[in-house]
Amino acid sequence: MAQATRKKPVANTANAAVSARIVAQGHFRTLRLGTPFQPRLDALAKTQDWYNWAGYRAPHSLWDEELEYFAIRSQAALFDISPMTKYRIEGPDAEALLNRVTLRDVTKLKPGRVHYTAWCDDEGFVLDDGTLFRLSPTRFRLCSQERHLPWLLDSAIGFDVIVQEETEAVAGLALQGPTSFAVLRDAGFAGVEKLKVFDLADFPHDGGTVSISRTGFTGDLGYELFVPADKSLSLWDRLMTAGELRGIRAIGYTALNRARLEAGLIVANADFTTAEHAIRADRLRRPDEIGLGFMIDPEKGHFNGRRAILEARAKRKLRHVLVGLEIEGNIPAEHAIVYYKKSQEVGLVSAAMWSPMAKRNIAIASLERPYGDTLVEDLWVEIYAMRELQYQKLMKRAKVVARPFIKLDRRTANPPADF
Amino acid sequence: MTSFDAIVIGGGHNGLVAAATLAKTGRKVLVLEAAKDVGGAARTEEFAPGFRVSSVAHVLNRLHPEMVRTLELEKHGLQFARTDFLPSVALSRDGPALMLHGAYGEVLTGASSSEQSAWKELRAQLLRYAGILKPFLSRRAPDLAGMSLLETASLGQTALALKKLGKEDMRDFLRVLLMNVADLLDEQLEDDRLKGLLAFDATLGSHLGPRSPTSLLGLYYRLAGETGGAAGAQVLPRGGMGAVVAAIRAAAEKAGVTIRTSVAVAKIIVEKGRAVGVALDTGEELRARTIVSAINPATTFRDLVGPREIDTGFVRKVKNIRMKGDAAKLNLALDRPPQFGGVDAAGQKGRLVIAPSPDHVERAFNPSKYGEFSPEPVMEITLPSLADPSLAPDGACVLSAVVQYAPYALKEGWDAGKPKFLRAVMAQLEAYAPGIGKSVVHAELLTPADIETRYRMPGGHWHHGELQADQMLISRPVSGWSGYDTPLEGLFLASAGSHPGGGVSGAPGLNAARRIIAMKG
Repeated sequence: MAQATRKKPVANTANAAVSARIVAQGHFRTLRLGTPFQPRLDALAKTQDWYNWAGYRAPHSLWDEELEYFAIRSQAALFDISPMTKYRIEGPDAEALLNRVTLRDVTKLKPGRVHYTAWCDDEGFVLDDGTLFRLSPTRFRLCSQERHLPWLLDSAIGFDVIVQEETEAVAGLALQGPTSFAVLRDAGFAGVEKLKVFDLADFPHDGGTVSISRTGFTGDLGYELFVPADKSLSLWDRLMTAGELRGIRAIGYTALNRARLEAGLIVANADFTTAEHAIRADRLRRPDEIGLGFMIDPEKGHFNGRRAILEARAKRKLRHVLVGLEIEGNIPAEHAIVYYKKSQEVGLVSAAMWSPMAKRNIAIASLERPYGDTLVEDLWVEIYAMRELQYQKLMKRAKVVARPFIKLDRRTANPPADF
Repeated sequence: MTSFDAIVIGGGHNGLVAAATLAKTGRKVLVLEAAKDVGGAARTEEFAPGFRVSSVAHVLNRLHPEMVRTLELEKHGLQFARTDFLPSVALSRDGPALMLHGAYGEVLTGASSSEQSAWKELRAQLLRYAGILKPFLSRRAPDLAGMSLLETASLGQTALALKKLGKEDMRDFLRVLLMNVADLLDEQLEDDRLKGLLAFDATLGSHLGPRSPTSLLGLYYRLAGETGGAAGAQVLPRGGMGAVVAAIRAAAEKAGVTIRTSVAVAKIIVEKGRAVGVALDTGEELRARTIVSAINPATTFRDLVGPREIDTGFVRKVKNIRMKGDAAKLNLALDRPPQFGGVDAAGQKGRLVIAPSPDHVERAFNPSKYGEFSPEPVMEITLPSLADPSLAPDGACVLSAVVQYAPYALKEGWDAGKPKFLRAVMAQLEAYAPGIGKSVVHAELLTPADIETRYRMPGGHWHHGELQADQMLISRPVSGWSGYDTPLEGLFLASAGSHPGGGVSGAPGLNAARRIIAMKG
């Protein structure tokens, strides 16, 4: 009995500790995190068609895939990009650090500008692509698909710079489509008409600021807005109210994915496998193998992978090439195998669709050189069309064509048009 | 101004060997040494008026024979005969010492006859197995990506040597390869003194205890060395370790090498991914087609090249090289020779080891894992002035000892810890050589922190990086870059931080130079 009395408080403390731990671990009950815009998305999500974007609950569609796509092309589409990984890189050496980490010449990126770039490991294999925002001479935001904090922190050794993940703290929206400029203007963002493609500027919002850039992933006129998470809902409401008569619609990823394909843009871990995710040695890709060779600047000074990339070029070790294809017919060739002379396997389609804008059957494919590089004739794709529980095998001629598949003047027009 | 084909940073023995080997091909070579004199941690220095001692490295047991031949060091006065071989003495507090004579115990005295025959067998086995590893521990590490025909052939030779062992022996070689030394010794020997000595030798200079996995490799590393053609043999060079460096320096100068001392390199100049020269701390710039860094690899990349010129993954690897030294050096100026109990006159001139048992070595190691020094340290002691009176005034004596374990990152800091550690070391010495304390004229204890500052060895580690399985061969100094060349074209590594590792061997310097010559650098 005496023993039991002595034991009791110990057991209580242990229980308290366990309870505290269980409370702290409540996150596992939320299978996928919501973004700061979740209350608005939930209210609009008629299809309940969610997917996992970097641990967040993101919509494939909200109400209708087709109409969401046409919202991008004929109205204004609002897409939640908060799950995108965002890093704040700031300090006197921020430019030098990013110039060493990423492929393009960051010294040429002026404050108030954005560029699309990519970064590689020591062997010159692509770790990811993303956009780099220069917010001030010493402050940058790097946005990407995958997470890279350990890589960035190790890259920062010897540089006077801080690297901070700000994915949770900063919410993001993409507002894309012909009426997007008019929506922003009507929402009261004075001066937004001055933004040229890849410009960015800060605007007052709800007692804070929102950073707006004329960028996007659609090949259309469009903007991206970054705002502190606690000002996110008021920003959503501000845009939705202003855009009501301009056809603004919230959309999911399926629609965006179509628009980006028409624009000829690639997606990490969809059109190529990022180096840290690749398990098989032959899945690694150098920038020249996924159409990003234009980013490489051998004259800019050292950058990660430089030695390996230049050696691969000199020794002709580049084995793959990423191309745009135009395929006869109108059946999307999603994940179709590409053949040379209808018999020899030479590659794979990673994204395909019938493009309503281009009125062409388009695709992005990775081919083994020399096919797609110097040998572009006699290429075919094998499409398996499911027709009432039977595959019909179609061998369709594929032509290597330039990307983007569509080019919209309104994307770059200055001042942006008022639709 | 004279222009040079190659600039060697660091005039330690490996830097001088690399310089001399390159110069013999007709290249014009410049060696830049930051200190007042060349030799690095292999100098002979005066540490008290009239007393001179080998600065850090004090026993010579692995001078690379091909290096000796290439540089014709015998012509420069470096010769060793069997009579120079130093016995190893396992000291005992309360009885006669045990002695290994000749080349690592060709004859064992002071042990029972059954122990003698057990040792004979174990010694033969150790040397046989070390012999298999020897080619790996002397040549350039195999290049897994692009192996040349010659490299493949030499790997094949090793396979053949393994095969020649016979099935049983080959199996046993593979069984024990990564074993801890204590378990192997327990399998075959009885005498704690002998086991203590071997356990000490296996772990000397590394952050391992005899019961740490892979600690046997340290013994193989030692036995892969040779002197005068005899594996495992050791000598005390006349005139101290500085005499070896003097011979290499003479060979280098004869080959036309220019040596500048008291010049510190501040920066390796890199242009478009290529090392093109060096900038001195005075601002002076020197350019050459080939830059050889014979200093610590981490210092080379972290401080001289800087992270901006190299890839993140490589910086990561360099950052992860473990190099926190665990050994201290004790130099004592004594007014008379000490008397170690149970040791005859020949033994006094030998290498005297305080490591009474593997357990004792293990217990000495334990505190170092937690940032504390050994309260009862283990050590190897030499009295070099007995054989070479020039090192001390008449009648006086020099004691030189390597003492373990003295962790670089001492929790209380070495400012506070050093006097305490010195007291512990002296108490241990007093127990084996009663009265020694009273004869001390001057005591100099170099902790890893002191070695770091004085000899520019980060972590005070004499191997320039732990010499353990994960930092050997193709992983030394970092995986993917074990072949002396570096991600920077024109920059080569040649210090003990490169394969095969430390000790006064000259092997990294020789291999680096050969690599440069092969690459037409």
